[in-house]
Amino acid sequence: MKQNSILERLTNGLIKENPTFVLMLGMCPTLAVTTSAINGLGMGLTTMVVLALSNLFISLLRKVIPDKVRIPAFIVIIASFVTVAELLLKAYIPFLYSALGLYIPLIVVNCIILGRAEAYASKNGAILSLFDGIGMGLGFTCALTIIGAVRELLGAGELFGYSVMPESYVPCSIFVLAPGAFFVLAALTAIQNKIKRIGESKGRDMSKIQSGCNSDCMNCHDSSCGSRKEAVEAPMEDAENPKKAADDLEIIEINDDDDLKEDTKEEAKEGKEEESND
Amino acid sequence: MSDLMKVSSNPHIRSKVTTANIMLAVVIALLPATGFGIYNFGLDALVLILVTVATTVLTELVYEVAMHKKVTIGDFSAVVTGLLLALNLPPAAPWWIGVIGGIFAILVVKMLFGGLGQNFMNPALGARCFLLISYTSIMCNFDCDTYSGATPLASLKAGESVNILDMVIGKTGGTIGETSMIAIVIGACFLILLGVIDLKVPGSYIVTFVIFLILFGGHGFDPAFISAHLAGGGLMLGAFFMATDYVTRPVTKMGQYVYGILLGILTGIFRIYGPSAEGVSYAIILGNLLVPLIEKVTMPRMFGKGGERA
Repeated sequence: MKQNSILERLTNGLIKENPTFVLMLGMCPTLAVTTSAINGLGMGLTTMVVLALSNLFISLLRKVIPDKVRIPAFIVIIASFVTVAELLLKAYIPFLYSALGLYIPLIVVNCIILGRAEAYASKNGAILSLFDGIGMGLGFTCALTIIGAVRELLGAGELFGYSVMPESYVPCSIFVLAPGAFFVLAALTAIQNKIKRIGESKGRDMSKIQSGCNSDCMNCHDSSCGSRKEAVEAPMEDAENPKKAADDLEIIEINDDDDLKEDTKEEAKEGKEEESND
Repeated sequence: MSDLMKVSSNPHIRSKVTTANIMLAVVIALLPATGFGIYNFGLDALVLILVTVATTVLTELVYEVAMHKKVTIGDFSAVVTGLLLALNLPPAAPWWIGVIGGIFAILVVKMLFGGLGQNFMNPALGARCFLLISYTSIMCNFDCDTYSGATPLASLKAGESVNILDMVIGKTGGTIGETSMIAIVIGACFLILLGVIDLKVPGSYIVTFVIFLILFGGHGFDPAFISAHLAGGGLMLGAFFMATDYVTRPVTKMGQYVYGILLGILTGIFRIYGPSAEGVSYAIILGNLLVPLIEKVTMPRMFGKGGERA
């Protein structure tokens, strides 16, 4: 598959860099809201929408946002979308809104979203970033739904609210409580690692699917890693090079200016960004 | 054990004490309590004990064969875990409770952390707490053919009077192995005489607990109340057979006293201020989790290294 294509971005988030099982990001909602499959699905989809839209807009604004204040700027964009999502949920799916509760506003600080903004959207084109967000969101949704389904099945004997276990099954209620989340996540991650191991022994390239690597090839310093060379250095040499050089130049320019001028410049940029946000 | 930790240069004298010997001694020491439990609660209890022990041993065997590890069921540690877990189950519990508990104890608490000597938590107690949270209604139902109604500790908590003599002998409701203080103490004396356990942890545990009761129990120095608390529930079983587990107690002498005192305070808090009548298993598990910290603080200093702790 071609590196950095739309399709590659989708499968990357879903399988290769699955945010939950591989990157181990966003553990707070993963552990807290997956008490049932429907909660996991709802949380995953909400996060996916926010992730895709914030990725898109951060990518669109990436040349406007000054490097020094990029994190607050990203947070403002993300928080806007979370507020929109929260209000929509409250209006149209109130039962999910009450089930997810506090964890909807907490999507703002979900490290998957900020992580993708920082590692991908701020360095890549808008369409690719959108699909990166959708792919990552799908991966997150799948993971949360699977965890929720296992917990609901063992802890309540149900699946999406329907009773599926035989009458004689006594629900093991620890699985819908907090410890159950850890058990299920650990077990599923172990299975994922085992599948990777089997794939490796059959000679497939699994180098990118590894829990030890943060898989953020853009910010990785392990120059011996093959996937980093593919992902970072090769594109940098051809397409990214002129832009990067331009970025560097701009920074030098700012540094040469005096402080006052720099401040006004940044303020102007922030103003511009807020406008486009509205 | 801790007195023998001076290592000189070789050749060394080999001690005849092995893991299997120690574990076998613990099994023998548990036999009086087991026997009394079967006598007290009937054949249901025997079946539950057999199922649980078989599950723990089989789980260990299957895991080790499947993972191509050395098979260690010959060291009897799985038997001890299974027996302790079974003694902590209510006699009326269905057989599959023993199976789930046994698998959880061996697979999750012991084997996934590396097997005997690597587990940070007592496997039997870990499984008991797992079952207690998962199947609360089954695990708290002490009605059986012989007894019905609340356990002595629950009655005590409700402010009713209890028959202390029955509690010491063990003719009360409760989990299979915890009811008879006499049977447990006989087994504990056997272990102490053999030198398998010493009184550092159980002694400091029980003394602290008694002091806690006198201070905060609400009855002042009331011998009847204190002896009912000592004889009731899992305190004796926990203090002599679970808190003394080599793997999950501190190795330092000072640490063992700290550990015992901590367990006494925690048990007191759980029993007196907690919502349920019993708190020994949660107290020991919490104590297990604090063992690395206790060891870090109480590690003896190297000779000549004054002042700072390493």
